[in-house]
Amino acid sequence: MTSLPTSTDKKLGLVIDLDICVGCHACAVNCKEWNSGGHSAPMTDRDPYGAEPSGVWFNRIHTYEVTNDRDAGQSRTVHFPRSCLHCEEPACVTVCPTGASYKRAEDGIVLVNADTCIGCKLCSWACPYGAREFDEDDGVMKKCTLCIDKIYNENLDETDRVPACVATCPAGARHFGDLGDDSSDVSRMVAERGGYDLLPDMGYKPVNKYLPPRPRRAPQQETDTAATPGESGSDVASFLGWVDRMLSR
Amino acid sequence: MSPPAEPHVETSPVVADEVRTTTCYMCACRCGIRVHLRNGEIRYIDGNPKHPVNRGVLCAKGSAGIMQQMSPAKLISPLKRVGPRGSGEFEEITWDEALATATEWLGRIRKSDPRKLGFFTGRDQSQALTGFWASQFGTPNYAAHGGFCSVNMAAAGLYTIGGSFWEFGEPDWDRTKYLLMFGVAEDHASNPIKSALGRLKTRGEAKFVSINPIRTGYSAIADEWLPIRPGTDGLLVLALVHELLRTRQIDLEYLVRYTNAAWLVHEAPGEAHDGLFVRDSEGCPQGWDTRSDTLADARSTESLAATGTYTLPDGGRARPVLDLVAHRYLDPAFAPEAVADRTGIAAATIRRIAGEIAAVAFEQQITLDIPWTDWKGERHAQMTGRPVSVHAMRGISAHSNGFQTCRAIHLLQILLGSIDCPGGFRYKPPYPRPAPPPLKPSGRDEEVGPGQVLPGPPLGFPSGPEDLLVDGVGNACRIDKAFSWEHPLAAHGMLHTVITNAWRGEPYPLDTLFLFMANMSWNSAMNTAETMRMLTDRDEASGEYRIPRIIYSDAYASEMVAYADLVLPDTTYLERWDCVSLTDRPISEADGPADAIRQPVLQPDRDVRPFQDVLIELGHRLGLPAFCQGDGAPAYPEGYKDYIVKREYAPGVGPLAGWRGTDGQSHGRGAPNENQLARYIENDCHWFAPLPDEMRFYKHANAAYLAHAHDMGWIGNAAPVVLQIYCEPLQRFRLAAQGHGAKQPPAQHRDRVNTYFDPLPYWYPPFEETHVDETAFPLHAVTQRPMAMYHSWGSQNAWLRQIHGWNPLFVPVRVAEELDLEDGDWVWVESHNGRIKSKIKITDGCNADTVWTWNAIGKRRGAWGLSDDAPEGARGFLLNHLIGDRLPSKAGDVPYANADPITGQAAWFDLRVRLTKADAPEASEPQFPPLQRPPRVNKDAGPLRYGAQFKQDLNHR
Repeated sequence: MTSLPTSTDKKLGLVIDLDICVGCHACAVNCKEWNSGGHSAPMTDRDPYGAEPSGVWFNRIHTYEVTNDRDAGQSRTVHFPRSCLHCEEPACVTVCPTGASYKRAEDGIVLVNADTCIGCKLCSWACPYGAREFDEDDGVMKKCTLCIDKIYNENLDETDRVPACVATCPAGARHFGDLGDDSSDVSRMVAERGGYDLLPDMGYKPVNKYLPPRPRRAPQQETDTAATPGESGSDVASFLGWVDRMLSR
Repeated sequence: MSPPAEPHVETSPVVADEVRTTTCYMCACRCGIRVHLRNGEIRYIDGNPKHPVNRGVLCAKGSAGIMQQMSPAKLISPLKRVGPRGSGEFEEITWDEALATATEWLGRIRKSDPRKLGFFTGRDQSQALTGFWASQFGTPNYAAHGGFCSVNMAAAGLYTIGGSFWEFGEPDWDRTKYLLMFGVAEDHASNPIKSALGRLKTRGEAKFVSINPIRTGYSAIADEWLPIRPGTDGLLVLALVHELLRTRQIDLEYLVRYTNAAWLVHEAPGEAHDGLFVRDSEGCPQGWDTRSDTLADARSTESLAATGTYTLPDGGRARPVLDLVAHRYLDPAFAPEAVADRTGIAAATIRRIAGEIAAVAFEQQITLDIPWTDWKGERHAQMTGRPVSVHAMRGISAHSNGFQTCRAIHLLQILLGSIDCPGGFRYKPPYPRPAPPPLKPSGRDEEVGPGQVLPGPPLGFPSGPEDLLVDGVGNACRIDKAFSWEHPLAAHGMLHTVITNAWRGEPYPLDTLFLFMANMSWNSAMNTAETMRMLTDRDEASGEYRIPRIIYSDAYASEMVAYADLVLPDTTYLERWDCVSLTDRPISEADGPADAIRQPVLQPDRDVRPFQDVLIELGHRLGLPAFCQGDGAPAYPEGYKDYIVKREYAPGVGPLAGWRGTDGQSHGRGAPNENQLARYIENDCHWFAPLPDEMRFYKHANAAYLAHAHDMGWIGNAAPVVLQIYCEPLQRFRLAAQGHGAKQPPAQHRDRVNTYFDPLPYWYPPFEETHVDETAFPLHAVTQRPMAMYHSWGSQNAWLRQIHGWNPLFVPVRVAEELDLEDGDWVWVESHNGRIKSKIKITDGCNADTVWTWNAIGKRRGAWGLSDDAPEGARGFLLNHLIGDRLPSKAGDVPYANADPITGQAAWFDLRVRLTKADAPEASEPQFPPLQRPPRVNKDAGPLRYGAQFKQDLNHR
């Protein structure tokens, strides 16, 4: 079994805004693209052009229709991107028999050391979020690295040192930062928008946070809105008279 | 226990030896991308942060560019058909043989009758070359895919406001306070829209209302979603117009200044000038000056009457347009109660939305402290905006009432005064252009002859019957019948009718059909099975195919390849030069014009050539004048790359606007610059020229902008673009149908032209509803475009097909309950045209009378490099089989295309169906024999381990 660091210097993670996620899969594909040649390369795709194509993805998008009391009976379609939450107390690490799964003391990123992973899959059973991806071909477990080979990469411009999913998100629904620092942009965003943990009762203390859909801008009452005080009506002559008066002012 | 020592992680691996910019082509959005190359292979593609279209972001499609390059469906070499057409049996040939064959076929046609060539391109973005090539060849039978895509939207916009949505204009995303979005395909213009919606919602000041039968991505994040019945948007919009008039919530000052609201229209029923504008001897439209009580120039007089009936000097009578508008739309037929049942939107909701719109437009107006001068010379201290904006696309367009519906949307915008104002809709340069643009189609019989060049472009914008391409008895001159009495304003041509018409020999047979990137034997065809039969049908007497020769160019083994006799393999988008031109489908922003290039980032590893290069070479081999120098040498020896730089449409105006002039210092107009492409590459392959603040709004009437647009070569003169509430060209066609003028429709088309060419927007039911028994086919069936796929292209992509590998039929809860269906059940879906079998998924995110599916996921087995048991073929399906290419007809009916009667736009979304539960076996139907793969197009099915080759860079120290 593998121990966790007593604390981490930073808690790097993602904040995902469900209010503006349109479910376009850009984050999932750009993640796959970066990571196919990255730290955990490759992200093998089995039967890529056949009956049951199945590949390694660190980020997957789910679509749900949900009914919410706030929405007056009309359901919502919610797009929900799912990836490793880099928990503060990740069961996937503590369950690992070889120490291959570990949480970095420096930034809190949860990684797998492919050299010592034996592919036993205990971690994927332990993770309630379904965030681990077994590469059948390599026989090792893989997972979101928070683009560890991108966010610190001195060969890239500083502005490009963010996870691929964040950089590419067309809607601007993904944010990256230190959730251990209350003054960081991401922490402030979480505080303002009521960002929440997935399955908090399980006690794994996910670092990543989700921002809930904003309340819909409430429609005005369904009323007969004759907005201008004074006249209204479908009588053509009356309308034309109004036009003349207005134009002769 | 302390944690084990952490292993070393290489956090700064070398990513690339070289980063090259170019323009994405995973869809038509045309974002700027950076291609990171390592050892000559693609390590990563991301969005270019400096690019005006996407500002660094990139969608799922663009991010999967590596897998498009790796596609197993890439064609390898030119092919000659050796088996029967449609079998997919080919033999590889050399380019010499391929080009010689094409030259022989095409040369023979050009020498005898150039009309016998039909040259049509699909989702192409080089129409500034292809259209010119067709003119040089001398055939009128040319178009791109706009006729089956969104010509209703484009044409209605261009005839009404001199611009349109998407490439011609956009909401003022960052200022608007109320956004109405109608029926938008989510794979088009997708990054700008997603980014803008994200900003709009984060800004938190605007309400976003989505009007769409289906609640997918954009609609899912709308503040309010109105699940409208398909094809009734026009009725909803005109009810909003009714409400705005009823509550006196319109911008009269704007109407009088910028529109034809005060122009006088002759009221002379039965006479040849009825419904035309009153004009002076110079042709200048007239209004009634209330100060002098006389006729006056309608464009420059301030004190015009907008109501009333006036007696003209000749004793005739006339009314201003606004008077006609009031009579039309205050009618109870457009009251919310009258349209609620039909649209599925409650009357109270319609009234409330109208009230919300009015409150934003007139109580929350925006003013920007930017002084500007209008075309009359009047100085304005501020720019005032009515911050209600609209975006609409294909859900409006793909109905047989789409042109008039889109006109209705523009009417709504105009009445609010929200065209090109802060917070409203904004033109993107080079738009606005005059409504309609002064470009006429050529290709009448007398303009076509052996060895002759067409006198003008094959496509344009007719403004009356005299501009139609019809012969002396009123029959179509073009194979697709565009610009005929059947579809007079078919400004983008009608690719969807070409195969049917050529097979029937109506109006005449073709000799050769030359297609580029148009999957006309599958997802781009209506009535797909019948289309495949037409492509393979032989003339009984001669034994020859009824469409004798088919040349096809594509980069991939699409379903259409199997139906070609000669295949000219194209490159991928990463292997070619290209230009995204202001003269074609621009990528401008409202704040300024933009264009871009593609540069080859990789060299092809196969025997393929860029289609545009091949076309230019064929032009030279055929001796087309513009493709040859005086001595017979090629005019563009380096192909398209050369053409992009050297070609001039008018002196100093060419495909690219940036860095013109011999010193590269001119923009817009300037002599060709041999270093132009190098300058583009230095600037990350794009050019963007922000407009000065004073030009950014009211472009249709802004003196500084209009002068600039003229200088740049975008408009012929700096006259204002007057918004056309009343569309006089439509009335000219209507008058002809009523028996006036030199050119009149043949008897069988008169009622139709007279009915649909209403010069004021109106609503009529989609044609299929009135041609079939609505009770027998009670449901609507439409498609939506998934954001992670672009038409048929995505299925060959190992990553994208894991997202959308097959498509369910989404069935609303109400229908599922009625038919006792559960998720995963199979159903028969029947229309008047046929039946298909598909697997369902129940949803409450759609209109209760509508079923829908994702577009173009279903594949013919054997195509696109997929295995024969791929889910795209086994469980995927097309609605296309259900959609007739012609309207359902009874004996004696004119067999019209299933299209808008004005523009010829394919009416994909008019479809009506019924569902019944189906038994096993569980496979979609219809099924067709698997296509044989072209030679060497194949892929072993082993795991794909792309990226493993870069791992060595991650040194484990």
